Amino acid sequence: MGVQIPKEKWTGKIREFRFGATREEGGTRSKQIILGGVSTMPFLYFEGEMPHEPVIAMEVIDVVRKDYPQIAREPFEGVIESPTEWAKACVEQHGADAICLKLHSTNPEEENKSPEEAGALVKEMLKAVSVPLMIYGCGNVEKDAKVMQVCSDVAKGERCLLGTADEDSYKSISVASMANDHGLVGFSNLDINLAKQLNILLTDFGFKPENIVMDPLQAGLGYGLEYTHSVIERIRLAALMGDQMLQMPIVCDTTVAWNSREAKIENPEWGDEKLRGPFWEATTALSAITAGADMLIMRHPKAIKMVRDTAKELASNGGEK
Amino acid sequence: MALTAIEIYKLLPKTNCGKCGVPTCLAFAMKLANKQAELSACPDVSEDAKTTLEESAQPPIRLVKVGTGDNVVEMGNETELFRHEKTFYHPTAYSLIIEDTLSQEELDAKVKEANELQYERVGQIVKLNMIAVKSSSGDSVKFAEAVKAVMSKTSLPLILISDKPDFIEEALKVSSSNRPLIHAANKDNWQAMANLAKNYNCPLVAFEDRGLDELAELTQSIKKAGVEDIMLDFGKKPLGETMRLLTIIRRLSAKKNFRPLGYPVIVRLESDPEKEALHSAIFTMKYAAALMFNDVSRWKMFPLFTLRQNIYTDPQVPIQVKPELYEINSPDENSPLLFTTNFSLTYFTVAGDIENSKIPSYLQVIDTEGLSVMTAYAAGKLTPEMVVEALEKSGASQKIKHNNIIIPGMLARMTIKLKEKSGREVLVGPRESSGLPKYLKGLADGK
Repeated sequence: MGVQIPKEKWTGKIREFRFGATREEGGTRSKQIILGGVSTMPFLYFEGEMPHEPVIAMEVIDVVRKDYPQIAREPFEGVIESPTEWAKACVEQHGADAICLKLHSTNPEEENKSPEEAGALVKEMLKAVSVPLMIYGCGNVEKDAKVMQVCSDVAKGERCLLGTADEDSYKSISVASMANDHGLVGFSNLDINLAKQLNILLTDFGFKPENIVMDPLQAGLGYGLEYTHSVIERIRLAALMGDQMLQMPIVCDTTVAWNSREAKIENPEWGDEKLRGPFWEATTALSAITAGADMLIMRHPKAIKMVRDTAKELASNGGEK
Repeated sequence: MALTAIEIYKLLPKTNCGKCGVPTCLAFAMKLANKQAELSACPDVSEDAKTTLEESAQPPIRLVKVGTGDNVVEMGNETELFRHEKTFYHPTAYSLIIEDTLSQEELDAKVKEANELQYERVGQIVKLNMIAVKSSSGDSVKFAEAVKAVMSKTSLPLILISDKPDFIEEALKVSSSNRPLIHAANKDNWQAMANLAKNYNCPLVAFEDRGLDELAELTQSIKKAGVEDIMLDFGKKPLGETMRLLTIIRRLSAKKNFRPLGYPVIVRLESDPEKEALHSAIFTMKYAAALMFNDVSRWKMFPLFTLRQNIYTDPQVPIQVKPELYEINSPDENSPLLFTTNFSLTYFTVAGDIENSKIPSYLQVIDTEGLSVMTAYAAGKLTPEMVVEALEKSGASQKIKHNNIIIPGMLARMTIKLKEKSGREVLVGPRESSGLPKYLKGLADGK
């Protein structure tokens, strides 16, 4: 019969962000992770390159509040109160590629920790673990500007990813990030045009495009997942077709999956929550990586194992790997 | 895929005889391409041309129906690689495999599990779609008995799994009225299987695990034998390969109009329950028309149903929630009253933020035809009159003693009009839903 395998000939390629700096590069990370470098839609090795499996950063929050789901807390019982111990467990026991440190306690409405306290924690964190580090603020624009300034200086030379910059707040965080050659996570709200607009603003401001990672807003399973799935696919297709202002790696924060009741409450109708919860997060993550996400920020060790194993299987038999 | 006028013209006699009522063959071809004329109007068209033109009018992926009546399952007829290009039409059909070696009790329990596996989510019923009865006993009588037993206890359509035509025939004798899917014809048995499919008018799976060339040959043979309703099974392969084959088949059929593989694909899953769950998620997003599960535990099926619902949502038609008065955190007559639109994403976000605030509240949802707050306002689908009407309909005034209503911050400019129309004191809420916990707590503390 002679079936002709139809292949797409993409002209575009995703830029590579070098995440984390080793000693040779002036940092102290044990290895560097490359995000991006992709020249195909996910896992279609017969027509392009996907040189790296999706990178998984594990979430560590500097203050864990009451609403943190019990199922996700259990694997870290005993260490979750200490961000550095928690991060060590992520790296040593669960193979985290990176840590995403969320500085929630700097929120002026809550604990209102000072930028210096946050900086001290970042310093400790860099000593406690040797994987690359993402540093996220609390979401308060004025406070984040100050916190990121200090954290950027403390982590000088480590090539961290600072986050997140949006259309209104990108200037201060870009300045903080550029000062020490860190990367930046640009956040846009489920819209390919806004994602592109932010990248244009950042590059016009003088930020290097190869230091930008995009967060197009991950919606959880059951709560708008399809919007994220399609926005990522549209961004990635446009990038592969040659749109340079969308050729940045994509990161998705799938911890959002835990906001839904379906992920965490006990309900026999919905099945065992000890499996259902992790699978809820894993499904959210699989939707992201099949659409085109290069990196995930994840929470539950079991969900992470599920996603990692599945990504490995998707990458197998792929020919040149 | 439809042919262009020029492609059609090449198939016509090119005599310009005018017998069709149109002066030239080219003009007739243009009418055909625009579906303004019927090919039968041309008395001189060749049989070959007829076949080609008829085929070109078929969808690129055949629509296959299994079962009868209300529970009929439709698969195929997809046209896109990515849902944002238009939509995905027929949600991946989930089925449970039941083996004929089970005891009566085990079989009953499995059928019951399958029957009861359904949920209502955002106004839609989501459920298991089919039961697959598998011949594992090596006994055709036992197989037919199992099929009969399953049929007597379920209204779900069936899949009959055996590669032995005589086994399938025994089963068809008791089940053909329900139009089960036959699984499967292969390179050795296809003639007998195709005859059965034809005689009993049932859809047939073509199974071939050696490669797409061989699979395409098999479907051609089956089609020549007179069977139209065909599905594809390319055998169990590693996950990555399966996903790539599904992608290639979708491209070949939907985009290249390659007829021999223009059929919906059915995939059999791993026996490991966790792998089965994870692989199903991938195949639901990437092009499987049907999946055969070994285990349908609720921890996996509930998230999968949700994923399937998400992915197969028509991007052109937003999911809507019912326009009602929703009670969040068990409110009483003194609890605050808010309103928002019936676009599901808006509702879920607002309801979630209110829930997180832990403040008991009422949330009135307005029917904005699925538009978000700002879009609905701009389009005139969210007016003070509509808010008042919704409140009257839901009986909010009977449930709530106070005279306040919280307006989304984005709609601040509607404040005065809403006050006039509703007679309520209008409080301007935060511009973003994420500001609600703080806002509601502040309200409760009397700030």
